[in-house]
Amino acid sequence: MTLRVAIDHRLGGFHLAVDFAAGAGLTALFGRSGAGKTSLINVIAGLIRPDRGRIEVDGDVLTDTATRRFVPPHRRRIGYVFQEGRLFPHLNVRRNLLYGARFAKGPKDTGEFDQIVALLGIGDLLARRPENLSGGEKQRVAIGRALLARPRVLVMDEPLASLDEGRKAEILPYIERLRDEIRTPIVYVSHSIPEVARLATTLVVLSDGRVAATGSPAEIMGRLDLFPLTGRVEAGAILNTRVTGVDVTFGLSLLRAAAGELRVPRLDIPLGTQLRVRIRARDVMIALAPPEGLSALNVLPGIVAEIGQADGPIVEIRLDCAGEPLIARLTRRSVESLRLTPGRPVYAVIKSIAFDHHALAGAGPVASADAG
Amino acid sequence: MSWLTDFSPDELTAIRLSLWVAAWAMACSLPFGIAAAMLLARGRFWGRSLLNAIVHLPLVLPPVVTGYVLLLLFGRRGPLGRFFEDVFGLVFAFRWTGAALASAVMGFPLMVRAIRLSLDAVDRRLEDAAATLGASGLFVFLTVTLPLILPGIVAGMILSFARSLGEFGATITFVSNIPGETQTLPTAIYVFTQVPGGDLGALRLTIVAVVISTVALFISEALARRAMRGTAT
Repeated sequence: MTLRVAIDHRLGGFHLAVDFAAGAGLTALFGRSGAGKTSLINVIAGLIRPDRGRIEVDGDVLTDTATRRFVPPHRRRIGYVFQEGRLFPHLNVRRNLLYGARFAKGPKDTGEFDQIVALLGIGDLLARRPENLSGGEKQRVAIGRALLARPRVLVMDEPLASLDEGRKAEILPYIERLRDEIRTPIVYVSHSIPEVARLATTLVVLSDGRVAATGSPAEIMGRLDLFPLTGRVEAGAILNTRVTGVDVTFGLSLLRAAAGELRVPRLDIPLGTQLRVRIRARDVMIALAPPEGLSALNVLPGIVAEIGQADGPIVEIRLDCAGEPLIARLTRRSVESLRLTPGRPVYAVIKSIAFDHHALAGAGPVASADAG
Repeated sequence: MSWLTDFSPDELTAIRLSLWVAAWAMACSLPFGIAAAMLLARGRFWGRSLLNAIVHLPLVLPPVVTGYVLLLLFGRRGPLGRFFEDVFGLVFAFRWTGAALASAVMGFPLMVRAIRLSLDAVDRRLEDAAATLGASGLFVFLTVTLPLILPGIVAGMILSFARSLGEFGATITFVSNIPGETQTLPTAIYVFTQVPGGDLGALRLTIVAVVISTVALFISEALARRAMRGTAT
């Protein structure tokens, strides 16, 4: 299934003009607050009529202002997981889950309910009322409710935004399982770099109501020119790695990336698991020669590929490490004194602390088969 | 204390008739009350404030005026009275049905207000959520909106019922004061106070009226509180 969206819509002084497609996997719509993300998925779900535009799922036109076609929300089969869950307060969890199931297309399948309940780990909550659920539990029920209506596309509007860090960490693995185990394309709205870096198959960056860039998370995160949009603090490159070994003596895991081998504190996941690792630019130092007498475990050789636009004393540089990008944040002074120019071979020193658990995609209970 | 419970047959008839009239008034105005509350809370149409004024008119008009307007409209020669008699065989003039109509009209603004307040408290985003799950507008109303405003509906019904029990001016103007047909509690009390030796009867019926109204008010308050809690989460 593929969702195609091309719309043009004015909301007060704000102009939304967006064109993108979302296929298999998870398409993250990334942008700052006020970038029009929620309005955009309300347009997709049919809760807002756009001024102009066309929305279709696999050739089935849901909105087309040119032919005045507008399918009402209840006939779109677009599952919507809202930021605040929006469970029905007068129904228990089971009846919330089954609310949309009666409208689902296709043969009745009693196994489906058990399967989704198991996938989301909400079997113990079925008899409870929404008021007696934690924020994370509410969101998992809301996801299950949307899935049981058998949507053609699942849209999620910052489903983790109202949760604290602990609850986020609780739900992220479930969303990864959705991405990898169900065929329904997911459109996921977020303004959090760690979230989209971990979850996205495709990343669509929105800025001022427009698509600023589209690509894989590794491509987008490796682009220095997008830093003003993706945010400097969290900026960093994404490496796709595989767990290749364990150093039992020191309790370390070995990860293999195209750029080289990385050692991180031991991860409790099987060998061969694919892992998406984010290395923040602020955690990378540059050396001209292989450093000695240094506590950092991870040093990758690379070539300076690009020197970014300076922001005051700070500048980011992109390295090419055997085809994979790595971003480092330096002072302009260091760039100057090391005479860094494109083409120059260097060594990237990565502080091992950069591998925090939130940056380890697929570290949840189920191995991610496609870390994309 | 036997004087307290020694109801005469006429008094019992008045009590029974009052409850009967109030129950019919409440039940028959309920669908219209919900519809009017929906229109006023959700509708965007020309004449909405006019409808609002008409609904609330019985609250501010002298009841005698309301009764007289009903007499003009629903009397045997009134345009609506003739219509109902010809089409449904339903006569309001000087019948208990007329007393029920007068009560319904007088209680209507209270019922609409209670339902409208609970409708305003409903989180409309829940209705959007139901729509994205595949529910049509009518289904959303029946399975989401209606259950959420149920406490408001019950509160409105009780307010309408209690108002009916107290209805005097419009009833006596519209359908007069016929024992066994249109003589409800208030009119019976009024008659007792007008005849010598009627004090005891008046007192007995007054106590009955006070008890019924107080209970109704308590239930309504309790439900209103529950409604506030239910929609807050």
